[in-house]
Order: sequence, then structure tokens, then C-alpha cells
Amino acid sequence: MILILFFLTAGIAVGYFVRKRDGIIKLADNITTGAICLLLFLLGLSVGGNEIIISSFAQLGVQALVLTAGAVSGSVIISYFVYVYAFRRRGK
Amino acid sequence: MRPSFFIVFFFSAGILCGFYSLMPSAMNSPALSLYALNFLLFLVGIGIGGNSTAWEMIKRNNTMILLVPLSVIFGTLLGSALLSFCLGEITLRDSLAVVSGFGYYSLSSIMITRLEGESLGVLALLSNIFREISTLILTPFLVKYFGRLAPIASGGATSMDTTLPVIIRFTGKEYGIISIFSGIVLTLAAPLLITFILT
Repeated sequence: MILILFFLTAGIAVGYFVRKRDGIIKLADNITTGAICLLLFLLGLSVGGNEIIISSFAQLGVQALVLTAGAVSGSVIISYFVYVYAFRRRGK
Repeated sequence: MRPSFFIVFFFSAGILCGFYSLMPSAMNSPALSLYALNFLLFLVGIGIGGNSTAWEMIKRNNTMILLVPLSVIFGTLLGSALLSFCLGEITLRDSLAVVSGFGYYSLSSIMITRLEGESLGVLALLSNIFREISTLILTPFLVKYFGRLAPIASGGATSMDTTLPVIIRFTGKEYGIISIFSGIVLTLAAPLLITFILT
């Protein structure tokens, strides 16, 4: 856990100091996309070879939909109150 | 930017290759190692730290705008906790970890796979992809009935890039800034909350 926080914080610090240099930010962005594509390919690879996950894919899909419905409706409802009481009044 | 299409393509290609055993199985064991994850988090950090909009908003000390991502975090966790109680199939801890991706499906699925296992990782991938897609589709409806912050809330971490164009189109330019700021805070909150919940 501490390692995860360390790397994330180190990245933010580095990003802050190079934020004016578009080239570096762009490069980091591209490497991130590449790394994510590779890692998700590898996740797919081991999921594809895992019969338990493949056979329960439909069930996972339904669970995912339910969680998304909860997450979206919960955040939308709370944001509605913030909008009405904090934002709309200021005429923004 | 997270080009969603490529990401889904690579994941699907991986599933097909794995399913038909097109790759040597030795390839998949070290890939999701902690080193890869730490490197990825470092890169994500650079993206967050290098975002000038975020630092400008913080310098302007506009505390009210912080209400937006905070309400998204609170609403997301509350809503999914309530539904997971009703469903009873997934534990509260797993549900909270999954929705803490806030739509940032690439990072959240990789982190959750590493910290908890493939099954929950796939659930996180699907759930957070659904969050992005539903925001893209529902934005006009959400703005009409729940106000202009609603699509920003629904988009979560994606409101800074993939869902930003549609949000700006239906809410206006000034909400675009709020959208970017909220997205950045949630992009940072996602790895922190996932780590906090699962370890």
C-alpha cells in the first residue's frame, strides 16, 4: 500500500515540475496508454484461459450493471442537491 | 486521454488468444506484477501532476468546486452500497472497490486484478465501462431532470476526457472547467480508494 502511494505521489511531483513541457507530458501520456493496452491484453489473456470466469461472464455482466446503476444514480442524486443548493443560486 | 476503443479491443483480443490458447501461458504470469502496476501508477501520477487546469483551480482556492467530486464519491459509494445490500451477491467491500474506479476502467481493473484477483478485476472493467457508456448516452436526459452537475457526477473520472465533449455540449463551457477539475480529483481518488478498501 505504501509503495502504491509512493509511486503515485512521485509521479504527481514529477508531473508538476515538467507540466510546462508539453513534449514530456505527451510522451508520458502515450506510454501510459501503451502500458494500459498491454496490461489489459494480458488480463484478457489470463481471463480467456480461465474457464470459471468465462462461464460466469453473463453473471459478472449483470452484477456490473447493478453496481453501475447504484453508482450512477447515487452520485447523480447527491449532485442534484449540490446543484440546487450551492450552484444554481449563484446564478452560475 | 484514454482511447476507449483501443482498450476494449486489446482486452477482447487477449480473451480470444487466451481462450483458444494462442499464446504461451508463461506470458501471463509476470505481466501483472507489482512492478508493472507501480510503474503505471507513476505514469498516471505524471498525468495528474502535469495537468495545469487542476493546479490553477487549486491556486484560485475555489473551495465550492471541491464539493462536486466529493459529492460524486459520497453518492457513488452510498448508491452502490445500498444496491449491493439488496442484491446480496457481492460483498460490500468488493462492491465499494469496484465502483471506486469512478469510470476509470483501465487503471481500476488492473489494480483490482493485482490486489484481489481476476474475477473482481473483470467485474471492475465491465462496471466502469458501463459507467462511461451510460454517461455518454444519458447526458441529455440527466441535464434535463437532475441539473447540470448530473452528467459530471455520472461521468466520474471520465468527465475530464472521454465524456467531456458531450458534457460541454449539454451544460456549457463554464461547466466544462468544473467537469475537468472533478475528473482529475476522481482520477486521483480512484487508485487511493481502491488501495484503501482492498488492503
